[in-house]
Amino acid sequence: MTAPDFEDLLRELTPQVLGTLVRRYGRFEGCEDAVQEAVLAAAVQWPSEGMPDNPRGWLVTVAGRRLIDQLRGDRARRERELATAAAEVAPEEVPDTDDTLLLLFLCCHPALTAASQTALTLRAVGGLTTAEIARAFLVPEATMAARISRAKQRIRAAAGSFSPPEGALPEGALPAGEREERLRVVLQVLYLIFNEGYTASSGAEAHRLDLRREAIRLTRMVRAQLPRDGEVAGLLALMLLTDARRAARTTASGDLVPLAEQDRTRWDRALIAEGTALVKEALAEPELGPYRLQAAIAATHADAATAEATDWRQVHGLYLVLERIAPNPVVTLNRAIALAEIGGPEAGLALLATLDADARMAGHHRLLSVRAHLLERTGDALGAYDHYRRAARATASLTERRYLEARAGRVRPGA
Amino acid sequence: MKFLISLHINPAVLDALTDEERAALGVGHGRFIEELKASGEFILTQALADPSQAAVVTVRDGQPVVTDGPFLEAKEFLGGFYLIDCEDKQRAIDVATRIPDTAIEGLGVEVRQVMFCDGHLEA
Repeated sequence: MTAPDFEDLLRELTPQVLGTLVRRYGRFEGCEDAVQEAVLAAAVQWPSEGMPDNPRGWLVTVAGRRLIDQLRGDRARRERELATAAAEVAPEEVPDTDDTLLLLFLCCHPALTAASQTALTLRAVGGLTTAEIARAFLVPEATMAARISRAKQRIRAAAGSFSPPEGALPEGALPAGEREERLRVVLQVLYLIFNEGYTASSGAEAHRLDLRREAIRLTRMVRAQLPRDGEVAGLLALMLLTDARRAARTTASGDLVPLAEQDRTRWDRALIAEGTALVKEALAEPELGPYRLQAAIAATHADAATAEATDWRQVHGLYLVLERIAPNPVVTLNRAIALAEIGGPEAGLALLATLDADARMAGHHRLLSVRAHLLERTGDALGAYDHYRRAARATASLTERRYLEARAGRVRPGA
Repeated sequence: MKFLISLHINPAVLDALTDEERAALGVGHGRFIEELKASGEFILTQALADPSQAAVVTVRDGQPVVTDGPFLEAKEFLGGFYLIDCEDKQRAIDVATRIPDTAIEGLGVEVRQVMFCDGHLEA
């Protein structure tokens, strides 16, 4: 095994080992320190002395000893053991259960803010260093370290509501309703991580960690645990189908290319095939969920060889269902785009008008921008120009602003 | 999301404060920084020297021209800022309400989202 192989294996095993320890002992913070020490010992020892027969059992045993030493506060003994113990470890019996899910539930604890949930998930489940996470979010390491440590404090404070009994899997530790709710938060956090990576400025910082790939890796881990959950499959499909368009989404100079104008030959066919297969599987189930439906919409777009060939009736129908099960003005906004393709821009504009009274959408750049596009198609250059300009001012994304300013320039009356 | 919280100072307002009030202002900022650091939302803060020391730089026909500042003639000037990273705009606003300047008539505290960011943030 080469060094990167060891690294990959350790990153894969870390959350499982941490999850096992947390399930046994509670104490998230102490467990994390102990697992880090064990992983460090493995990184030093395995390449030179060979990998143990049961790497996970080895890590659980070493980390467990570290934790017990920590609890005893026997510093001197701990120092002594650091040097010798790892070598003579005989792995104890580790039950063949993967505790990654338990760990995810803990990191996505409802007592935490979304920013803390994402940071802690990347740290404890993703096995990333604080420095890597800080760079990914473009904040100083000290900021990220404080955020992660505050998150752990919060979890400790809320521990009463989450102390799984020994031997209990998360399924058993949480009532079904709460478990469902917690899984929903986990998926939301994974999607947030994906979107953070997807919207990050393209390629400007080569050393920046790829959050998209990390989110996909973590979602695959969840899917391995819950292969029959349609929403998990749906989220993974949505990520893959979105990621498939990445190369076509911006020009070489970093300018945004709208879906209709993307060079579809640059879409990643392998990702589309995998995503589409997942969607089909997830939609075969009796229940529907928002991730499945969004993935189905992405799959419909992926299925069209050209923008003109898009099955807009199907897209519109899927948005209608999505609107019914998860009402949200942004969904209505997206449905207006589909409706305009079927019934003309006026029909789209009429649907947009229903959003004007919604406080959540007041001055929202997406509403302004969609209205600008539809006004442009009705031939109202002045109205389109005005809305593109307002949308450009309302967005907080530089690439989006550049795109909207360019569109405004194209329709400017008298230009 | 990153936000810049800018502090707009009016020297006349600051001069009118009592020594105790001015001391309390300093203590309040100190406490604010500590709280923000502990929550993992603090990036950095800087306070600027007096605008009477500012130089306004222009280049005309390739020739630099430097005049005394400030550029904007106003009672208020930019005294300093906090750069923070937090959940969303509402959280940034909640954070800003803890800045002591917000309780003093004539001082301005403004929250704006950052759109582009480069450079090392380890300062």
